[in-house]
Amino acid sequence: MAELDTSGGGGKKGGKVRSKKASTRVDLTAMVDLAFLLVTFFMLTTTLNKPKAMDLIMPDKDDKTNLQEPVPETRTLTILLGKNNKLEWYRGLVDKPLSPPTVDNFGKDGIRKVLLEESKKTMDASGKPLIVLIKPSDKSVYSDMVNIMDELNITNIQIRAIVDITKPDIALLQRDNLY
Amino acid sequence: MPRVKIPRKSTAIDMTAMCDVAFLLLTFFILTAKPRTDDPVPIDIPASTEKLLLPEADIATLIIGQKKVFFGIEGYELRKAMLVEMGNSHNPKMSFTQDEAIKFASLPTFGVPLNVLHQFLALDGEDKKNYTQPGIPVDTTDTNELYEWVHAARIVTRRLDDKDMRVSIKGDSKEEYPTIKTVIATLQKQNVNKFALITALRSAPK
Repeated sequence: MAELDTSGGGGKKGGKVRSKKASTRVDLTAMVDLAFLLVTFFMLTTTLNKPKAMDLIMPDKDDKTNLQEPVPETRTLTILLGKNNKLEWYRGLVDKPLSPPTVDNFGKDGIRKVLLEESKKTMDASGKPLIVLIKPSDKSVYSDMVNIMDELNITNIQIRAIVDITKPDIALLQRDNLY
Repeated sequence: MPRVKIPRKSTAIDMTAMCDVAFLLLTFFILTAKPRTDDPVPIDIPASTEKLLLPEADIATLIIGQKKVFFGIEGYELRKAMLVEMGNSHNPKMSFTQDEAIKFASLPTFGVPLNVLHQFLALDGEDKKNYTQPGIPVDTTDTNELYEWVHAARIVTRRLDDKDMRVSIKGDSKEEYPTIKTVIATLQKQNVNKFALITALRSAPK
């Protein structure tokens, strides 16, 4: 296969001096080893480096269009993001919450359970989906925001918004030592 | 008694075909591999269960870490055009030489204020690497350079590619929220309300 026709000059007559036929076979094993090593390397580095993108859509800040509907407080759930990767949530309004503000964690046994329960409760009571308001405080970090958006994606809550935190909310976080 | 001679067979196999395949694959992977761009600040991206892939063209990336903001856009020509556009739209006008434009276009991300951009571009390879970039000034006043950069980038993407530019945010997990908030506010000022947050894939749902 890899041999070349080395009998060149065979057609010549009278060629008496016959050079010894050296095989042109090269040992390719080492080359193949190296090639596969590099292939493996490139394969692993290319496929693992693909970043994922989470879409975040902020509410339009345009003041001219006055299409904002009032939000029924019975359907809202507010999540406050505090320090040390903790959060606090309540239903309704901050000054007269429908459920007492509760401190919770991220993750499966924390806010996800709450989101699933509350979402179901609201759906049963009003037939409309739950509205989640996220208020990150100045002490929260970026990963908190990504985590909570991720939880909302997991629990399939479509109506959510990131809004600015208010003074009463900060007071609430301070009371619970989260600010 | 004549001995039965067992003919010795060579154990060498023909490696040519294997070698061909291996190098073909190698060439393919080398060509498709994107050179990894080093982030100007160490960024630990947060994990999520999101599986959507980040688009590869017409996308600008804002790198946020250590309270600094860096800006970058995909595409050599786009970066070059963006610098010219920025120079024209900035007040007072700035002009860049051809050499500076080429140097600028070869940078995947940058984070220097406009007033030191000339000096920064004049630095050589190693010096540029060691130079600590202070980040693009972002604030709520009128001299918000990030606003101007994003605006210039959007204009040139529209002009060259006839597409809307998408904005992605690559933030450090430990970055405090106020920095993120000012960046988002800056983008919303020009009605960019949709972003992609770059996340790593969480291996298994918690």
